Amino acid sequence: MTIDTAKAPAETGHQEPSPGTMMRKRVFSHWGFMIGAFVLIAIFLMALLAPYISPGDPFDQVLSRKLIPPIWSDSVKATWDHPLGTDHLGRDYMTRLFYGARISLLIGFGAMLISGIIGTTLGVLAGYYGGRVDMVVNFIITTRLSMPVVLVALAVVSIVGSSLTVVVWVLGLLIWDRFAVVMRSATQQVRALDFVTSAQALGCSTPRILLTEVMPNITNHLIVIATLEMAHAILLEAALSFLGLGVQPPEPSWGLMISEAKGMIFFDPWLITIPGLALFALVLSINLLGDGIRDVTAPENRN
Amino acid sequence: MPAHSESKRVLEVRRLNVEIPVPTGMLRPVQDVSLHVDRGETLCVVGESGCGKSLTSLAIMDLLPTKAKRTCDEMQLSGDNVFRIGERAMSDIRGDRMSMIFQEPMTSLNPAYTIGNQLAEALQRHRNVSKAQARERAIYLLEKVGITAAAGRLGQYPHQLSGGLRQRVMIAMALMCGPDLIIADEPTTALDVTIQAQILHLLADLQREFQMGMILITHDLGVVARIADRVAVMYAGQVVETGTAKQIFNAPQHPYTRGLLDCIPIPGKTKRGARLGAIPGIVPSLVGHMSGCHFASRCPQVHEACKTGNIDLLPTAQPGHLSRCLLTQGAGSAPRETEGAAS
Amino acid sequence: MLYYTLKRLGVAVLVAITVSVLSFSMIYLSGDPAVALAGEGASNEDIENVRRVYGFDRPIILQYGSWLVQALQGNLGHSNYLKAPVASVIFERLPTTMLLGACSLAFALLLAIPLGVVAAIRPNSIIDRIALSIAVVGQAMPSFWFALTLILWFGITWRLLPITGTDSWKNFIMPSMALGYYLTPAVMRLTRAGMLEVLSSDYIRTARAKGLRPMTVLFKHALRNAIIPVVSLAAVQFGFMLGGSIVIETIFAINGLGYLAWESIQRADLPMMQAIVLVLSIFYILLTFLADMLNAFLDPRIRVA
Repeated sequence: MTIDTAKAPAETGHQEPSPGTMMRKRVFSHWGFMIGAFVLIAIFLMALLAPYISPGDPFDQVLSRKLIPPIWSDSVKATWDHPLGTDHLGRDYMTRLFYGARISLLIGFGAMLISGIIGTTLGVLAGYYGGRVDMVVNFIITTRLSMPVVLVALAVVSIVGSSLTVVVWVLGLLIWDRFAVVMRSATQQVRALDFVTSAQALGCSTPRILLTEVMPNITNHLIVIATLEMAHAILLEAALSFLGLGVQPPEPSWGLMISEAKGMIFFDPWLITIPGLALFALVLSINLLGDGIRDVTAPENRN
Repeated sequence: MPAHSESKRVLEVRRLNVEIPVPTGMLRPVQDVSLHVDRGETLCVVGESGCGKSLTSLAIMDLLPTKAKRTCDEMQLSGDNVFRIGERAMSDIRGDRMSMIFQEPMTSLNPAYTIGNQLAEALQRHRNVSKAQARERAIYLLEKVGITAAAGRLGQYPHQLSGGLRQRVMIAMALMCGPDLIIADEPTTALDVTIQAQILHLLADLQREFQMGMILITHDLGVVARIADRVAVMYAGQVVETGTAKQIFNAPQHPYTRGLLDCIPIPGKTKRGARLGAIPGIVPSLVGHMSGCHFASRCPQVHEACKTGNIDLLPTAQPGHLSRCLLTQGAGSAPRETEGAAS
Repeated sequence: MLYYTLKRLGVAVLVAITVSVLSFSMIYLSGDPAVALAGEGASNEDIENVRRVYGFDRPIILQYGSWLVQALQGNLGHSNYLKAPVASVIFERLPTTMLLGACSLAFALLLAIPLGVVAAIRPNSIIDRIALSIAVVGQAMPSFWFALTLILWFGITWRLLPITGTDSWKNFIMPSMALGYYLTPAVMRLTRAGMLEVLSSDYIRTARAKGLRPMTVLFKHALRNAIIPVVSLAAVQFGFMLGGSIVIETIFAINGLGYLAWESIQRADLPMMQAIVLVLSIFYILLTFLADMLNAFLDPRIRVA
């Protein structure tokens, strides 16, 4: 008899794999997540180990060896002492690339942290309490959305003076809107679930409910948005530095490096291509990682 | 555009099969299904969820998902072949000579356009008529389906109508071109019980008036009793019994049909305090090949012979009443008899 | 519908007022605005002069009040550097930025919507993967680097397009691409998601059952519904683009509002900076309001209650 009767799980004695194993399988088979994680870790290590793996010093200007092309060009000047060449002030480009990663990662992470705290607090409060609180928060979000981020950032930095700290704080205080919007809707959804109501019925205090019932369930949304906003902050810092109002010379911000090189685009295009590719790779890997986390933890949110 | 055929037989389907590749193998949700409908006749296709009745109707209309493949020996609409005629020709037929009404009236109309627009579109796609003429026909049909102040309704949007009204609009839309065949897939399931009777009545009246063939798909035996001329009972992808409504209700031959009828209390027949029947077991998986009777695992009268080979629809003592069961009276004792003849 | 409009309008006005307060107070970030305006190397007397002339010695509420009244009458202050009223300078440069924004929006939509539609018709096919890859890549590229790379290839290496200025329509091609591509991924994903959802809906099944031709089903029935959220997004993103045009305008030397903002930041021309932030914000609020109205117009469920 070859009837293929439907299997009722309890009857077949077939073991379902544990949730941990399933998750690990999904993670390792998601190519976007793996590539993103790999590249990001590589860049992170690059930044961390910059002093040990760089050919030189990022601030060391030796004008006699300025504008040496990278090792793959067919110019005679190219040398393995400076595999990625030197810039217009004779500084080794590979070194500046590695140290530049520190700036991007620091600012990205810092701004993400600040905006994450602001936005999540606003969003969770709005989503949990609803009513007037929600109205006020929505108003604040709408107001923030009405203001052009780049312009306001530029204006503020120009008035207050620019430095790494200022950039981190200005960006952090400006890009919290997506955190607020997403956390708000996530909190609303969780709030409507029965286990929150039962916690309230048991007399749990609100902070406790928020911490133990709500937060764990919206954490995966939080992580996804955090990665996207970190990428956003990195791009913004690069734009600010490109316009001269971000990190100041002689710091090796990748955006600043591109700005310094734009005058030489005719003859030495690698000067903008290399840091540009680095920015691209960093932001891409963070985005892939964020998308991957979202796909792996909650595939139904994928669009 | 071919003229409407005057033949008595509106739909003839023989040995329809549908295959859908799924991760675990090849799913066969429709197996060896044969149906026919005459002018003015209502065929009710009954079965539980997942038996393949909806997919059968989609297969007839060629509206299956892209991965699905269908095969059949014959599929004719009023004598014209409608199998493998190409998408172009098929779309010419859909909505014109063959229409379908679906289960969920709340979501079956496009929210962005007025119902007048959607009704007229159904006609103008297939006939060279002016906007005014299409409008006229729409008003005529809206009144036929029992919607008052029809002219005013044309400018309304679907969200402004109730579920019952929307279903009436759907029916009117299906009739815009005067089809030979109308397929109604659980048209009343999503409606209030009070509206259900009205809609069924309406369908029966319209069918009589326009002399269409109608296939009504349902899981509700009460609906069958009310409106069916002939019945096809489906189980696990196959038609297991077919005959007139009277034959099926009075003398069910297939153990599944008997089991179904045992599950419902019938006033006058079911004794007080008697236990209602239940069919133990679960529906078999339709992935891969299955030999023998699909109902064998749950049948109270199963024999060894039932579990192997191919069992066709076999004739019973009554003409036109067929059953896919080896124990059918009037059939031989050996399996693989002559093909169940289309009556 | 009327209620919907009034509610939206009310919110818009409130937000506008808040924004005006914020842009007004930007001047105070530096501490003493009189010092900032007086410039470097100004004596104490000069600073006091500035303070009196600009009214910085009055209470803040009064300062804001008179600033607001002036603004509503079209007087956004006076630029010391350009020796001209701020308002006239802004509105002189605004059309160029609007044109750039419109071209960028057009570029983004013409690329993203067809891609999104095709990707939705054949999900998980090659073209779907290409479209999604374009989206992923587009979101990761810094706009200024993309602009410079475009200049490198189309302007310098192949000499196909002009690099700076606004002499002809050709000047707008690269800037539009550089500004617009950032919008493409979001629009494409939204179109794709919307189409996927709509294509599996019941009314599309009804349309097919009526025998309608595939193109009719796709455009008249499916896209018409799927496009609604895209329209809102596009209107809102137009506002973002106007704000983000500063980078593109400086690279391509386009004399628009962004470039003006850039110049005034360099020169610490505070009244001008304030005014630009205000004008762009108001514009953005208007756009959001319009987007809401457009949304309602496209969706009968909102329009006809």
